This record gives sequence, structure tokens and C-alpha cells, in this order.
Amino acid sequence: MDAGSVNYSSNTKDQPRFPLQEQLLQRRNSKENLDRFIPNRSAIDWDYARYMLTEGKNDKENPAVNSPSREAYRKKLAETLNLNKTRILAFKNKPPAPVELIPQEHISSFNPQPKLSKSRRYIPQTSERTLDAPDLVDDFYLNLLDWGSSNVLAIALGSTVYLWDASNGSTSELVTIEDENGPVTSVNWAPDGRHIAIGLNNSQVQLWDSTANRQLRTLSGGHRSRVGSMAWNNHILTTGGFDGQIINNDVRIRSHIVETYRGHQQEVCGLKWSASGQQLASGGNDNLLHIWDRSVASSQSATQWLHRLDDHTSAVKALAWCPFQGNLLASGGGGGDRTIKFWNTHTGACLNSVDTGSQVCALLWNKNERELLSSHGFTQNQLTLWKYPSMVKAAELTGHTSRVLFMAQTGDETLRFWNVFGVPEVAKAAPKAANEPFSHVNRIR
Amino acid sequence: MASKTVAKDIITLRGSAAIVSEFFGYAANSILYNRGVYPEENFVKVKKYGLPMLLTQDEGVKSFIANLTAQLSEWLEAGKLQRIVLVIMSKTTNEVLERWNFSIETDTEVVEKGVSREKSDKEIMREIQAIMRQIASSITYLPCLDESCVFDVLAYTDKDVAVPFTWIESDPKLIANPQMVKLHSFDTKIHKVDTLVSYKNDEWDEP
Repeated sequence: MDAGSVNYSSNTKDQPRFPLQEQLLQRRNSKENLDRFIPNRSAIDWDYARYMLTEGKNDKENPAVNSPSREAYRKKLAETLNLNKTRILAFKNKPPAPVELIPQEHISSFNPQPKLSKSRRYIPQTSERTLDAPDLVDDFYLNLLDWGSSNVLAIALGSTVYLWDASNGSTSELVTIEDENGPVTSVNWAPDGRHIAIGLNNSQVQLWDSTANRQLRTLSGGHRSRVGSMAWNNHILTTGGFDGQIINNDVRIRSHIVETYRGHQQEVCGLKWSASGQQLASGGNDNLLHIWDRSVASSQSATQWLHRLDDHTSAVKALAWCPFQGNLLASGGGGGDRTIKFWNTHTGACLNSVDTGSQVCALLWNKNERELLSSHGFTQNQLTLWKYPSMVKAAELTGHTSRVLFMAQTGDETLRFWNVFGVPEVAKAAPKAANEPFSHVNRIR
Repeated sequence: MASKTVAKDIITLRGSAAIVSEFFGYAANSILYNRGVYPEENFVKVKKYGLPMLLTQDEGVKSFIANLTAQLSEWLEAGKLQRIVLVIMSKTTNEVLERWNFSIETDTEVVEKGVSREKSDKEIMREIQAIMRQIASSITYLPCLDESCVFDVLAYTDKDVAVPFTWIESDPKLIANPQMVKLHSFDTKIHKVDTLVSYKNDEWDEP
């Protein structure tokens, strides 16, 4: 300090009035290092101190801290700019995947590809129950199976609709349609679990009360040919026909056709309302997927679709709205497409696309966990359970000898998967887990 | 190379395109072998660039690479090819694990005026050999690919290129925050090829 004072006083003889201040200024300018510091609050230049503690330090570190990120940014920018004047091309035909070439035991030893170890619950690999379903029509475009909220499965075999009560295993015949009107091309339970809609080959739709076992009414005059898909939205029954038309029928009123959606050129084979009842997804044999908004629908004119999604390259039958994310829709393509695609239905953006390797017949979200089940046709006729959103396979269930066309899930915290065979047709059921409602006991079959 | 005259080490656009596309064919084979994308028993040894090189015997892969190099030489001769990227992805998740990036700078004067350049075959081969050696040694620092992988090839072309019937437009399949290693370059005096491999950060190595 002494030495410093001496130095400073000798240096600053021309401004002797504020010696302490001068000393600080002096220090700022010279790189002088005093060996001792005796604090004097009144004399401290707080602004300067603060500057030395903060900005000064930052300045010194700035080049080192900023340069990697700045460089990365520049690189990214260059990449982006470059992309704008570049076209990125890839072969349509991908090189063959190496899996066949690697011995099977090689894969399983150090490749945890089917990550079964991560699933927390036991997933049985065999079916708990198998039901015979003779004469079930093996037609990709029909929807012949539906599980109602009253735990009754409706299944159409030829011209007859059977009800199988899952709580006691009893089977009853609901109706047999006359041959000239049949066969039945779709069945769909109303949300009350009591009323059921039956779509027919002759373009009519019958409404039945399953408890009283009687027909309530017939809806006709809408479609010109078979009704292969149906979906309920409260009192609205939406029907999709071979003629590509989608009709909203208000089942309470006499002139039941309240809206018509025209957008498909070919048979409508997938139809699902979102949980909110605001959006309808429809898939057709023309490879198109449409999203329709209920609020813009009107009876006067055919309604414009909200989104027309043409990314699938084959018929779109499998549709499933995500139960935990209202605007997320999963859709599956047919034999020529084989992908499951995920959509944000507000924006129409395709979020993900996964090649499953085989025809996607049906999709079902797990109501309790973030999982999606898909059922497939050629070549493996398997059921695949996917984790969402990673789309890692959690399980793959094989054992069906023909394609798995339909799936249904019950409301009692059980997953039930139904499989239908070609000739000795069989449906498979999941074990019930109704007594353990909060455990991880969902079982799949 | 075929159209080069031995006497004066003249290199034409066509010859240069042939060298570069052939180089890419061998490089792709070498990457697929060294990175274990296909099992090693699928490959046979040949002598090339003064090195033992491995070529796949799998018919599907072979024809994929043959079709690819044929198309690449067409674009190279037109000076329309900016970059070729060989992408290695996880088979299960499709996550991009490695990108082998071959950037190409074309001498526009040669393409426009049809002049030729001078560079000896030997010298070019020596440069390519250095890259091939680096590819083979890359397994020492690249992260282990311990799952089954698939590959794809992206071609970055000029905007005005008509998309051939068998090709589609693709996304760049970038890796977020990759590690990058620059390898050697080679230059035919018409096409300059820079090689760079980027790969996914191995998070286990981070403290």
C-alpha cells in the first residue's frame, strides 16, 4: 500500500483534490498489483467494483464460452441455407435390411430388439379364450366386431348378428337378416351399450335394442351400396358406404340424414369420432384419410374436409384416436403401405411414420398406458404392442393363422384382442382383470 | 479412368466422374464392412487402390450400390452433385447413428467448357488410398454399433435436377449435436471430394 501510494501521488500530481478517487482511476488504468488492501467503505467505487466482478469477467470469458455455440449456429445456418438450394434425394427402394443375414442367436445375444424386459406387466403369449366364429366374412373393408360398454361383444357372421356376453360367456342370436338384404357388413354399439347399429349389404342400417331384442328403426335412403363402417357420436350415427359417402344420421328424428361428407372416391372402411366428438377421422380405399370438423358441418351442402391426408399408399382402415392426447390420431395403411402414421389433427401434420412390415388391419390404444396395439395381416398375422411415442415393440403376439381383422377393448381395464381366422374362425379374448383395477395387470392376448 | 490417356496424365470430366463414383462404391462397401452393418461373411476381398478392399456379395446390396454409382456418375458428369451421404440408422428405431459425408466440389469450367485437367492417376489413387485407410481405422474411435443397423444413401443435388423415377426426395436425416471427424480429401482437379464422418455422441463418456 505504501509503495502504491507513493507511486500514485507521484503520478497524479496535477489532480490532488480527490486522492482516493484518483487512486482507483489509476488502478483501473495501470495493471498495478498492490499486495495489501485496507477497505474504506466511503472510498470504494461500487460501480467499478461491480464492473470488475461481473462484466469484466464476462468479457474475458466470452470468447471461450460463445465460440462453440456460435460456431454450431453458423454451421447450422450454413446447412439450412445450403438445403435451400439443394435437393436431397434417396432411392425409393431401400437396401435390404441385414437381419436375415445375421444368425438369429447372434441378434438375441447382444441386441435387445424386442425390449420385453422393460415391460412391467406380464403379457401372456397365448390366448385366454378362443371363440369359434364360423362364416365370419374375411373382408378387409368390413367392421364385423364391436365390444359394447355393457361388456357384450357383437359379432356378425354372415347374415346373423350374435351377442356374446363376456361376463357370463353366454351367446345369443340378435337377428338374422334376410338373404336378399344381407350379409351384415358392419356392427357398432351405441355408447349406452344397449343399442346397436347394424349396417347391411343393401345400403340400409338397422337399429336394435339388445335388451328388448327388437328392432327400433331402419335408416335408408342415404347410401347406394353396402355400409361397411359406422361410428356413434351421442345421438348421431355416422355411416360410411361403399359409395364413398359419409352420412351423419340423427337417430332421434324422422329425416335422419343431417350431414353428408363427400371426399372419398372409393369405399369408406375406417370411421372414428374423436373422444371430444368434434372431429371425425375417415379412411378410404382410395388411400385417403380425411379429418372432418363437426362444427363446420351443415346439412345444406356437402362439407369441406378439415384435412385431406394422402400420405398412405394403400387403403386406410385402422384408425385410433389417442385417449391421452385429444388431437393425436394413429392410422394404419393396408397391404401396399404397411405403415402406422401419427397425426396432429389440428394442423394436419404427420408426426411419425413407422413401417410395420405388414398390412395394418386394426389399431387400439391402451387406455391406461402409453401403448398402441396393432393387428396385422400378411405376412405374420401378428399382434404388436408398441410403446408410444418411442414406438419400441413391447410385445409381439403370433399364433393366428390368418389375418387379424378386428380388435376391441373393454372398459373394465382389460385389453382384449380378438383374432379371427379364415376357415375355422376363432376370436381370442384377454383375461379379465376387473378385480385389480389399479394394478399393472392389463393382460393382452 | 477408362478414358484417360496414359501418356500425359490428362483427366476428363467423364473419367473424373468415373473415379469419384467408383470411389464411392468402394467406400460404401468398406463402411458397411467395417461398421458391421452386414455380417463379414458376406464380403470378399479384392485388391484396389493398392489395398485389400472388401466387396459385398449380397445381391440386394450389390445391386443397390451398382444402381447408385451409375446414377451418381450421371450427376457427376453434369456437375449437379454436391454431396453424397451414407447414413447408418438403427433398424428398430430408425434413429440416425452415423453420417458419412462426402462433399463434392466440381470445377464448373470443366463442365461448361469441356476442357480437361492434368493429374496423374497414381497421385489420385494415393489420395483415395489414404481415405480408405482412414475409413478402416475409424472403428477405433467411432462408438460401437451394438444393435442391428440399416443404411441409406442421400444424394444432395442442385435444385434443377429432375428427380429420376426410382428416387424420392428425402429429409437430411441429421444427427442432433453430432461429433465430427474430418478425414482426408482427394482431388481429381475436376472433382474435389471432402470426407467427414459425424456420429451420435456417446453419452456414456460424458462425466
